[in-house]
Amino acid sequence: MADKERGISVNLVSRQKLEELSSSEKLKFILKEVQNGKILVLEHGLTAMEQTNLIEKTMKEIKQDTFIGIEMEGYSEDRPSFIQKILGVIKKPRMTVIGPADLLKTIRKDSNMIQTMIIPGKGAK
Amino acid sequence: MGLFRKGSLAAIIQRIFGKKHAKIGIYGPPNVGKTTLANRILRDWTGDIMGSVSEIPHETREAKWKKNVRIENGGSSLFMDIVDTPGIATKVDFKEFMNTYGLSREEAKKRAKEATEGVIESIRWLEDIDGVLLVMDSTQDPFTQVNVTILGNLEARSLPVLIAANKIDMDESSPATLKSAFPQHPVVPISALTGYNSDNLYTTMVKHFSRKRLKKRR
Repeated sequence: MADKERGISVNLVSRQKLEELSSSEKLKFILKEVQNGKILVLEHGLTAMEQTNLIEKTMKEIKQDTFIGIEMEGYSEDRPSFIQKILGVIKKPRMTVIGPADLLKTIRKDSNMIQTMIIPGKGAK
Repeated sequence: MGLFRKGSLAAIIQRIFGKKHAKIGIYGPPNVGKTTLANRILRDWTGDIMGSVSEIPHETREAKWKKNVRIENGGSSLFMDIVDTPGIATKVDFKEFMNTYGLSREEAKKRAKEATEGVIESIRWLEDIDGVLLVMDSTQDPFTQVNVTILGNLEARSLPVLIAANKIDMDESSPATLKSAFPQHPVVPISALTGYNSDNLYTTMVKHFSRKRLKKRR
């Protein structure tokens, strides 16, 4: 079957699944899925440090004719209030969407919505 | 005349409480004017330049640095090692260099490969710097993932950040948007190209990067 006819896979990854993985396992999982042409929506998102590590790992994996990198949009951690800091409340990063850069394009992002599109003519690999 | 002139007092306070030397990384996405700004700083304080600039993204593909650049602010001053880093991106497509900028396939592939290595080098430099001059293009949407990721990373490391809202010489620039987007950090509107407001930038750099802070490494 031709790649384009197979459609595009968009996977929603639950918080539980992400919490089961260590940071390095999480990044390995994400990068493998994205290199396979999948778009991931992470319920919990990645911390800024994890995002930076993902960019570094992505750069190492770039193969000019088959994988040019990732498109990633997400929200950073909410800042805990003074009271929450005292109570030791840890704020988790919010949702993140990640996909192959030749497939996924961010159109617009504000504090409530990330608007993306599939680049026309692209299908699942 | 008082026992301490204002400048001398500031110098004494800085000696006791603040840094005298700091390694400052110039960071940001490709094509925001990092090397133009590095050249501006070096030209103003040493008469030298850092590197070549180009409209083609990823012109700087290896970090370059200049040691012991003395920047003054009234009676106080700060010696800085200025590190001009390659632009950080989440993707590098050699076809963009061919189709948009007319490079040959061979040149484009070489540039793309070096650019990916440059991004890795930039990220690794984060382990070894004392503060960041984060350059953003004031004509563009500030909420790019690269800007947000870099800022989040620096905040997690407790590194001082100063945002240079560059390209304010352009009609479509909106430094106010940048200021409202990142209210937790000082934002200085500048034109690295013309030098507009660079004095204000230097004053803020000396004040901001002199502060004694505990670094939190992760």
